[in-house]
Amino acid sequence: MIYEKPRIGVYICHCGSNISPKVDVEAVARFAAGLDNVAVSRDYKFMCSNPGQDFIVNDIKQMGLNRVVVASCSPRMHEPTFRKACEKAGISPHYFQMANIREQTSWVTADSAHATQKAKDQVAAAAARVAGHAALTSREVAVQKSILVIGAGIAGIQASLTAAEAGYDVHLVEREPSIGGHMAKFDKTFPTLDCAACIMTPKMVEAAQKENIHLHTWSEVVSVEGFVGNYKVRVRKKPRYVDMEKCTGCGVCQQKCPVKVPSEFDEGLAFRKAVYSPFPQAVPNTPVIDKDHCIYFQKGKCRACEKFCEAAAIDFNQADEFIDIVVGAVIAATGFKAFDPSPLTAYGYGIFPEVYTSLEFERLNNATGPTAGKILMKNGQPPRKVAIVHCVGSRDRHYRKYCSRVCCMYSMKFAHLVREKTGAEVWEFYIDMRSPGKLYEEFYNRVQEEGVHLVRGRVAQITDITDHPEDAGCLTVVAENTLARRVLRVPVDMVILSVGLEPAAGSDAVSRMLGIQRDADGWYNELHAKLAPVKTAASGIFLAGCCQGPKDIPDTVAQASAAAGEAVSLLSRGTVRTLAEISYIDPDRCSGCRICVDMCPYSAISFDDGAGVAVVNDALCQGCGSCAAACPSSAAGIRHFNDGQIMAELEALT
Amino acid sequence: MSAFEPKIIAMVCNWCTYTAADLAGTSRLMYPHNVRIIRLMCTGMLDAKYVLKAFLEGADGVFIGGCHPGDCHYINGNLKAARRIPGIAAILEQFGFSSERLELKWIGASEGPEFQEHITRFVETIRALGPSQAATAMIL
Repeated sequence: MIYEKPRIGVYICHCGSNISPKVDVEAVARFAAGLDNVAVSRDYKFMCSNPGQDFIVNDIKQMGLNRVVVASCSPRMHEPTFRKACEKAGISPHYFQMANIREQTSWVTADSAHATQKAKDQVAAAAARVAGHAALTSREVAVQKSILVIGAGIAGIQASLTAAEAGYDVHLVEREPSIGGHMAKFDKTFPTLDCAACIMTPKMVEAAQKENIHLHTWSEVVSVEGFVGNYKVRVRKKPRYVDMEKCTGCGVCQQKCPVKVPSEFDEGLAFRKAVYSPFPQAVPNTPVIDKDHCIYFQKGKCRACEKFCEAAAIDFNQADEFIDIVVGAVIAATGFKAFDPSPLTAYGYGIFPEVYTSLEFERLNNATGPTAGKILMKNGQPPRKVAIVHCVGSRDRHYRKYCSRVCCMYSMKFAHLVREKTGAEVWEFYIDMRSPGKLYEEFYNRVQEEGVHLVRGRVAQITDITDHPEDAGCLTVVAENTLARRVLRVPVDMVILSVGLEPAAGSDAVSRMLGIQRDADGWYNELHAKLAPVKTAASGIFLAGCCQGPKDIPDTVAQASAAAGEAVSLLSRGTVRTLAEISYIDPDRCSGCRICVDMCPYSAISFDDGAGVAVVNDALCQGCGSCAAACPSSAAGIRHFNDGQIMAELEALT
Repeated sequence: MSAFEPKIIAMVCNWCTYTAADLAGTSRLMYPHNVRIIRLMCTGMLDAKYVLKAFLEGADGVFIGGCHPGDCHYINGNLKAARRIPGIAAILEQFGFSSERLELKWIGASEGPEFQEHITRFVETIRALGPSQAATAMIL
C-alpha cells in the first residue's frame, strides 16, 4: 500500500440548537482549521441531513480528502450514517472519526466557554486519531439458516411460526413441560374478551405440527457460543421419565398416581399429581414425572403409573440428554413473572385467604381452573363485594418504579367479568387509569357504564377488622379517595391484587449466556429504544415479548413477529460480514509466550507450532482486546483501537 | 475558590459506561467539564501504558468505567481490568502518585445518574489532591 499523507476534513454540527449556541461552533471550526493535516474545516446546521452529508461527499471528491472528522452527536447514533457518506465518496468507511460534542459536551456542561474548550479538545483528539486510521477489510462467512427461540410463551410461539413460515428451521426451547407460557393460563383477553385458549391453542398446535419447528420442552439452554450466523447451542433435555414416542397421552398415569402436589399452573389453587401434564391442552401432551414428589424416586416403591401404563411409556431410567445444535440467530422470549405481593404485608396476601393475586384470579375465573370458571370464595360461595387493587408492586419506589402497563386493563377486564358472572359490587382502586391502545379507552368507558365503583387512590391497608358487626367475616379495604378527599373503608368479600410484572426467574443467566445487557430493572436492553426495538447490542440476538419490558398480548405478538422478521432478514442473504475491528498478532513481534491464548474468552487464538507464533481466527474474534492488553511484546492489537490510535487521542486530550 | 482545574481522562467501555455517558447527555445531567472521554471497546483492552501515558502527558486523574461484573459484553474483560488496575496503581505509587488518582467504577448502560455522580465526585477528589506532580517532579 502506498502511503498517502492524511488530508482531513473536519465538520462541526450545530445540531439545530442542541450544540450551538452552548458550544461556539464557529470558533471550534476555526480552531480545527489550524490542526495538523486538516485541509478543510466547516460548520453546518445539521450534518446528518442530506445536504450535510453532501458537503462531506463533495469535499472528498473535489478536495481529495482522505480522512473525515464529524463533531456532532454520539457515534452510537450517527457513526454509520457518516461512514456510509465516506464510502459513497469512495474512501474507506474506517477513515472516519466522530467527536461526541453533544451528549458529552453541550448537553452536560453548564458554562459555554468550558463547553467550547472541551469541544476543541475532542476535535483535536479525533483529528489526531483519524490520521492513523487504516482501511479495514472483512470477509463474508456463510450463516446457518436456523433460529433458536428461548421461551415458548405467546412471544416465542409467534416468533417461531413467523420464522418457520419463511422456511427457516426453528428450535423452540421451553423449560416447562408444555409450551404456552402465561397466556395459556388466562381466560379472557382484553379489550375484545376473546377466549385466550381459543386464540392460543391453535397456535400451540400449529407450532407442534410445523415440520421445521423443533420443540424442546422440559429443556433448558445451557450454553451459547460462537458468533452471528454460527451459534453453537447446547440444550439440556431434562428427563421426563415418560417416553414421548410411546406415550399416547391417555392420562391413566395421572389418575393412578397417589401423590397430590399444589399445581403451579393453577397457581396453587388446585392439585396436580406427581406425574402430570400441567393443563388439559398441553403441547406436547406427554406428562412428566416430578422427581421431588414421586414416591418411587423418594422412597423406592410405588410405580403405580408404570403398572397401569398400557403403552409401557414410563421409563424411570431416563437421564439428562444434551442436544447440540447450530443456529444463525437467537430470539430471546423469556417473558416475565408476576410480582410476589407477600412483602407488602399491609395487603394481607398469604394471611387472609380471600386476598388473591391477579394470576390466581385468572385461574379462578378459567373454565379449566379449580372452580371450572365459577368465581367462588374458598367457602364455595360467590362473593357479594369484590375489591381490585391496582399498582401492587408497580409505580412504587420501594419495589418497582415502572408502570407494568397491563394491570389497568386486566383489572377492568376482571371488573367486567365479576359483574357479568356474579353480579357482585366491584370497587377498583387505581392511581391513574391507563388505557392507551386500540379500543382500550372504549373498554374503560364500557366498564364505567357497567356500574363499577372506580376510586382514585392508593390502598393503604386491607384488614379483617370491620367497622360494623354485620360485616363480620369481611375484609375492609382502607383507601383515600383522592378526588373526594376523604378516607374510605369498604367492606368486601374478596380482594384481587393487580400485581405488576418482573423479569422471569433465570432471565439474568440467559442474558449472560447471550452476552446481552439488562436495564436497571432487569429487562433486556434493546439496541435502540425507537430505531432498533427488537435488536440487541449483540448482532444476531433479538428480543420478543416481555423479556424486553412489560407488554400486553397485541404488542407482544407484534414484537415477536418483528423479531422473527429481523432474524430472517439477517439470515436470508446466506452470509454475514465478519467484524473488521478485531485482533491481529504481528508475527514478527510475537515471542510465542501464549499468554493471549489463555486470555481470549472466545478461544479465537491458537498457537502455530510450526511458526512459533499465536494466530487469530477472524471468524471467532469479537475484538474485545483482552489479548492486546495482555501481550508483553505489543504484538497483539485491535484494529481501529490500536495503541497508536489511542495514544494519539491521549496526547491530544492532555 | 481554587484556581486549579484538574484534567481528567476517562477511558470507558463502549457497551456500558460510554452508553451511560450518552444517557447522562440525553437526560441533560450536568457534570464538571474537566473530563475527556476515550472510548474503548472493553475495559479488558485497557493497557497499563495508556494509564501511564495519560499521567505522563499531564492528566491529574484517570477514571476507568466498565460493565458490572457478570455483564461484560465480552464475557469477562471487566474482570481482567479489575485485576490489572491494582498493578497499575502500585506502579503509580512507586513514582510517588497517590493511587487515588486512578479509579475503576462499574457503571451500567442505564446508569446515567451514576455516571454523573461518580464523575462529579472523582473530579472533586482530584481537585482536593491538587495538581499531579508529573509535570514538575517526575523525571523520566
